[in-house]
Amino acid sequence: MAKKVAFMQGNEAAAQGALYAGCTFFGGYPITPSTEVAEVMSIELPKINGKFIQMEDEIGAMASIIGASLTGAKVLTSTSGPGLSLKQELIGYACIAETPCVIINVMRGGPSTGMPTGPSQSDVMCAKWGTHGDHAAICLVPASVQELFEETVRAFNLAEKYRMPVMIMPDEIIAHMRERIVFPEPGELEVINRTAPSVPPEQYKPYDTKFGDVPPLAAFGSGYRFHVTGLNKAEDGFPTTKAALVQAEEERQVRKVDANIDDIVTFEEYMLADAEVVIVAFGSTSRSARFAVNEARKAGIKAGMFRIKTFWPFPDKQIKALAGKVKAFITPEMNLGMCTGEVKRCAEGKVPVVGIFRVDGEPINPGQILDKIKEVK
Amino acid sequence: MAFDYDKYLRPNKLPHIWCPGCGHGIVMKGLIRAIDTLGLEKNNTAIVSGIGCASRLPGYLDFCTLHTAHGRAAAFATGIKMAKPEMNVILVGGDGDGTAIGGNHFIHACRRNINMTYIIMNNNIYGMTGGQFSPCTPTGAKASTTTYGNPDPAFDIAKLAIGAGATFVARGTAYHANQIDKLIVEAVQHKGFSVVEILDDCPTTYGRRNKFKSVIEMMNRLKEVTVPIKAAEKMSPEQLQGKILTGVLFKEERPEYTAEYAKVIERSKGAK
Repeated sequence: MAKKVAFMQGNEAAAQGALYAGCTFFGGYPITPSTEVAEVMSIELPKINGKFIQMEDEIGAMASIIGASLTGAKVLTSTSGPGLSLKQELIGYACIAETPCVIINVMRGGPSTGMPTGPSQSDVMCAKWGTHGDHAAICLVPASVQELFEETVRAFNLAEKYRMPVMIMPDEIIAHMRERIVFPEPGELEVINRTAPSVPPEQYKPYDTKFGDVPPLAAFGSGYRFHVTGLNKAEDGFPTTKAALVQAEEERQVRKVDANIDDIVTFEEYMLADAEVVIVAFGSTSRSARFAVNEARKAGIKAGMFRIKTFWPFPDKQIKALAGKVKAFITPEMNLGMCTGEVKRCAEGKVPVVGIFRVDGEPINPGQILDKIKEVK
Repeated sequence: MAFDYDKYLRPNKLPHIWCPGCGHGIVMKGLIRAIDTLGLEKNNTAIVSGIGCASRLPGYLDFCTLHTAHGRAAAFATGIKMAKPEMNVILVGGDGDGTAIGGNHFIHACRRNINMTYIIMNNNIYGMTGGQFSPCTPTGAKASTTTYGNPDPAFDIAKLAIGAGATFVARGTAYHANQIDKLIVEAVQHKGFSVVEILDDCPTTYGRRNKFKSVIEMMNRLKEVTVPIKAAEKMSPEQLQGKILTGVLFKEERPEYTAEYAKVIERSKGAK
């Protein structure tokens, strides 16, 4: 049977990806340019006995999905810059309470209200450093409608596997563009569910490290009674201020990502084999970069692209390896140097890192990147 | 035979954090008696709180317990109730948590009329942080941030809840301990969002600054300033001057949110 093909908008594809992954609960608040995700979920979730709720504000939306996740549901919210700022309080809660949830943040201009209908890539630091305190972060940055669908499925898998919030950050162009999408058949993409406890209720502890860095999570209402708090907690879930316990707990929460970077980090290498000038790009900017690389090759310049698909954890290992081989990095991005700073950190001064920055609500076009390639080659 | 509170408590989590003379323990005992009367199953009951002294209550109770962030209890609880409407969901917290930082979540839970019960322990102060004025601190009162007297008017939590659409609103006091469980029982049995405000005391951070010589004096005040709503019907406006009504203040039937969403699910099945 032929696969189902559609001409679809990015935000709609993200919603379809969430449904494919088994999402049954959405809590949201309207905000441009992410609202279509909520609209599709409001239509589709009740059909499968799922629940959609439009909450009173962004914080309430984040709270509602954490509450629903604790009952065992796979949960989603969607937002954009100002909403992400508001959600940070409870993103931190989901981190410390180790509650799986997925947040789609469509990047528009900022800070504050900024440019609500213009594209941007300036929220990527907010994905890692937005909420206070030490915590792990996973952030995916898809570059096509097809990839937004697939990465939404992967975001749910990572959230469930590592018991933590996972962010997907398409820029406004990817979220609002329409292009061809081929829907995977059920079962074609891996779908991961959180590990349920294997011990009887009386022995259950929600943060029992006997089961590794990602302890099984029971559901409220399933016969397991336990306590969840935003305070630093011991293995039994109750607050503690014991120094050794807090230190170990904090380190474990960061380690569960740090020790699994190769399982989480994804990227695309385009014409890198002999590349001397390497564009490091992500999201819609990578589409311009690909065009520029092709043009540069036609002109006899050995250009290539390292496309970041997982922004956090950052692909340190891969960029460091490239830094030892290439002549220069070019980092086009719709912000004033967020990815550039990370690439510089990884390049460790071995090669120049030349940024191309736009924050005027316009995409970076291939010509700009091609000019820079010719300049640095 | 004495009532057995222990079977609902987590004994290894005691003693509690509350100061001597604080009324929160009286409210917790009332809640436990109410749960016993209602026969709520532990595995099927979530107790959700925000941040503050009163919000530490869920940790002491042997249920599915969720200690959320400051002011957010109603929003977390809404997620639980929507995802699993068959669970009993009870919220507890203080006046600052519920009506200041959590005010928006509170009024929208009232508006939706989602079937949960919210017990607000109103001690007129932020106790845990050391006695700053809350939206429920009386005008003129002293707090650590109103050294020259509180310029703010206070919320009437019951009026706020009724105005926002709660369909069951009651008020009791920590002095009238035996009434607390009866109000909670009626609130939980009501189908819709029910609010039970319990006038409480904070001798440590409110009483000392406001010339209460003892906890007994604070408790006696709760007795003196309150009038049961039934008794108030026979009193003149002059007699009711400065009095606070207690009992079931408001009750009405209105469609409940999870039941309404069940209809949405049914209607969606007919859509193409």
